[in-house]
Amino acid sequence: MSVLTDMATALASGAVRVVDLTHRLDPDFPVIVLPPEFGQCARFRMEEVSAYDHRGPAWKWHNLTLNEHTGTHFDAPVHWISGRDVPNGAVDEIAPENFIGPVVVIDCSQGAAENEDFELTPAVIEAWEAEHGTIPEGAWVLMRTDWSKREPIDYLNMREDGPHSPGPTPEAIQALLARGIRGFGTETVGTDAGQGAHYTPPYPAHYFLHGAGRFGLQCLANLDQLPPTGALLIAAPLKIKGGTGSPLRVLALVPGDRS
Amino acid sequence: MNRRAYDGAVLTAPVTIPYQRYSQETAHWWIARGLRAVLDRAGMSPRELDGFSVSSFSLFPDTPVGLTQHLGLTIRYLDTIPMGGASGVAAARRAARAVQAGDVDVVACVAGDANRIDSFRRLLSSFSRFSMDAVYPYGYGGPNANFALLTDAYMAEYGATREDFGRIAVAQRDNALRYPHALMKKPLTMEQYLAARPVADPVALFDCVMPCAGAEAFLVMREDEAERRGLAFARLDGTIERHNAFPDDPIQLRGGWAMDVDELYAMADCGPDDIDLLQTYDDYPVISMMQMEDLGFCAKGEGPAFVRAHDLTVTGDFPHNTSGGQLSVGQAGAAGGYLGLVEALRQVTGEAGPTQVEGAGRALVSGFGMINYDRGVCSAAAIISGVTS
Amino acid sequence: MSTPLEAPKKKDPQKRSTVPTLPPLGRSRAALGLTVAAAEGRFALQHCAECGTVQYPPRDACGHCLSCDLVWRDTETGGVVIAETRIHASPDPYFRERLPWRMGTVKLDAGPIALAHLHGDVARGDRVRLALHLDKAAQGVIVALPVERTDAMEDDPLMRSLTAHPRHRRVLITDARAPVTLPLIQALQKAGAAHVFVGEAESWRRWPGRDAIAALENVSIMPLDVTDADSLQSLAGEIGGKTDILVNTARFVRPGGVLGSDTVFARDEMEVNVLGLMRLAQAFGPSMAARTADGANSAAAFVNILSAHALSPDPAFGAFAASQAAARSLSQTLRAEFHQSGLRMMNVYVGPIDDEWHQPLPPPKVAPQALARSIVEGLVEGREEVFCGDVARDLAERWRHDPGILERELTGGGA
Repeated sequence: MSVLTDMATALASGAVRVVDLTHRLDPDFPVIVLPPEFGQCARFRMEEVSAYDHRGPAWKWHNLTLNEHTGTHFDAPVHWISGRDVPNGAVDEIAPENFIGPVVVIDCSQGAAENEDFELTPAVIEAWEAEHGTIPEGAWVLMRTDWSKREPIDYLNMREDGPHSPGPTPEAIQALLARGIRGFGTETVGTDAGQGAHYTPPYPAHYFLHGAGRFGLQCLANLDQLPPTGALLIAAPLKIKGGTGSPLRVLALVPGDRS
Repeated sequence: MNRRAYDGAVLTAPVTIPYQRYSQETAHWWIARGLRAVLDRAGMSPRELDGFSVSSFSLFPDTPVGLTQHLGLTIRYLDTIPMGGASGVAAARRAARAVQAGDVDVVACVAGDANRIDSFRRLLSSFSRFSMDAVYPYGYGGPNANFALLTDAYMAEYGATREDFGRIAVAQRDNALRYPHALMKKPLTMEQYLAARPVADPVALFDCVMPCAGAEAFLVMREDEAERRGLAFARLDGTIERHNAFPDDPIQLRGGWAMDVDELYAMADCGPDDIDLLQTYDDYPVISMMQMEDLGFCAKGEGPAFVRAHDLTVTGDFPHNTSGGQLSVGQAGAAGGYLGLVEALRQVTGEAGPTQVEGAGRALVSGFGMINYDRGVCSAAAIISGVTS
Repeated sequence: MSTPLEAPKKKDPQKRSTVPTLPPLGRSRAALGLTVAAAEGRFALQHCAECGTVQYPPRDACGHCLSCDLVWRDTETGGVVIAETRIHASPDPYFRERLPWRMGTVKLDAGPIALAHLHGDVARGDRVRLALHLDKAAQGVIVALPVERTDAMEDDPLMRSLTAHPRHRRVLITDARAPVTLPLIQALQKAGAAHVFVGEAESWRRWPGRDAIAALENVSIMPLDVTDADSLQSLAGEIGGKTDILVNTARFVRPGGVLGSDTVFARDEMEVNVLGLMRLAQAFGPSMAARTADGANSAAAFVNILSAHALSPDPAFGAFAASQAAARSLSQTLRAEFHQSGLRMMNVYVGPIDDEWHQPLPPPKVAPQALARSIVEGLVEGREEVFCGDVARDLAERWRHDPGILERELTGGGA
């Protein structure tokens, strides 16, 4: 158990720091918008049940309404048709050790600043590996775009031809899967690019990741506070029966100043 | 068919319980006082009484049935006359028939109402369904507004002026100065009348009655009974009563009297010239003027000229509303429908005191009641002649 | 002519706002027929089905033949004022505040005599046009109007008390994205609205048409989402005290019956169309209800747009129709609650709107411009039940006549 004791000591001393990668659940936080004839992702809503008043004199609480995919959230394999037959593909079935693991961050913020349809391609991955080494098996790969810092209207970035936000190409996702990653995460509203519907297959990140039994994280924040390698990610979804995903608190453990 | 005379039944013992502008007392209290006073005048105990006729707006939740127990009366004739300004004449003619037929020996006819602060507004709010549905929502002017409309139409049709109506009001105030129970005791000049604050154009303050509390009463009994008790009395020479007359008239420029006036004089075997004094129902001067026309004292539309040509005071050539009428005495609810008859009884029996018209033998009393919607629905009139003991 | 109403001055913050009072509220059951007609802007009186006599005031039996078979029918509106008065004294608190008050006796061409409110431009002897309007107590009253339009006739104080005219009023339209919103802003401004606030949900979603609204003068786009009580509370905190007319254009509609549809859309329909209405009323209703006597820009009306299928469902829009029926029911309760203040609850019933959700349907469909016109006309006339378009009018007529037959016709039983 010494490793955990050491960890506790490191956390207490600041040698290991906790970074919160989660957005606040807020009624006005963007969610994915699909063509209106499709079912839509429920917005986050809080309804006051009582507030120290006649409805409950000493307590305040709320009923919540939200989708599994509202706010900062986790995508399970069964979220996508390609992953529907993956064993243990729902959030309640996923073995808990999957929820903690190493994380690498590919910084695409400069490219995303220049091009809102910036693509994560195999070339970008290879360039990153040339600098930071091969992406380790079992790692979360997070695509940093600084998208989380955008104004809400520029976040979804909806135009007449659909949303515009950066994301991976089908080839890039396949390249990551070839390296045995645990999952792929983004700062944008989905793991796919805003224009991801126009790839073959459409929404390749969802399609390939979940088909391969891998996970997604989206609407992440504070990726700029993570090192390219060497951090640990804690991302444990709610244990929802048959759940395809879950809002969650995503935490990263990073080397602190005194490490 | 010729109507039967009221032979053998007479009216007697006129009583007025002095009015009060506002009173905390109830209608029960005012009626009890009226009843007690009228029985005292006849020297009767309540146990002797076998008939009771009541008019009141403010008995709720009681009716006259409740009053019999409340007042300890064991009677065999009970009537309630809800006809407002026509109540006095209607009560008298019904009671007279019952007495004449032997159904009852003595009927005490009493009208009385309470007037607490705000009770007039409450009375209005529950006055009639048509009022609730189709009058109050239109400015809630109460009867003032109704009579303003009638006055407006009358003035437009017949060229009457405010001054013409003023002659009626001013003469009545003159009479009221002689009458001990009048609430209005200040002289009224034509200038004051014309300058009064408007209430509902063209009706102004001195065209309106003042709601108050009070009671009026008289007895109806056999003539021999009145003689036995040494009471001065009056005979009922003729009466008429009509409800909802001329429903097709777009606005009320004539009342039910116009339908029945010939019958009234035929029954009484006299004409307008034989009348010594007139008591009209005067909730507004226009309606008194209309009664002068409809009861044959002048032709329709000649009311304005008639009042210009005559002196309407007690000492004048056409004594009219000799107590001062409701305009100067006050309107004690349903007692307002008795005021003229009670005063006329005093006049023809020589008991009117300060307001006594010299040689008053025969009086015409007319009643008008109940603005149900756009006009007064009930009209009645009686000619009475006095017999002094 | 009436004196044109001047734009209200800024309020003296030291003065207490006038507490709303109501004219006499009580009516017999029969007289409620006037209120029903007034709410719809019809001039209907009781007609005897046996002898044809037109009756007023309303009765329970014919005053001519004693038949009890009395029906409400639209009636000719002509008449002559035969007497008038200006009331200077009234024991009623509402009228006391508004003295002098004019009213008169009108001989109707149809026969009866009506005591009526007189518009400032009519007098004894004039021929008039009779209309039924809702007064502040939301009861139907007869008004004698000039036969021909006169200048600024809607600014007559009587008419201001009987209508929710947008002139000088500030209006909140709840959903900027609704197709009706832009034409509605334009129609309200043409009618003299002082300012239009337009609610925008999910400002993080770009949408076409925003720039056109944002560019208009005296129009402000404000964050508002009827599904989010917090957003409503925030906005009510900001503009609740100056919202004189609220028009709820928020609407969620998806085609589909009940068996073939899921409950997700149905829930959204309920969230937006039913609970959204409730949340809006809770957020804005009390402050509006407190300001119904607040001068020229007093609060006047809360407007809700309903599908005419709130009356009887179109099976092709099953869950949506259910939400509309629920919203109608809520609006009726709100109406009862608002009536104590004189705030009007106006329902605008509309047939299929010419929008994306009714695109495959054949005509007639209601153009957003036509819906906007109906809303403003309803406000100008002070109605509470407005039927926009032939489909809504026809449906309402059939519904009034026989709701059972209408249901069978709409659900496939009709030939």
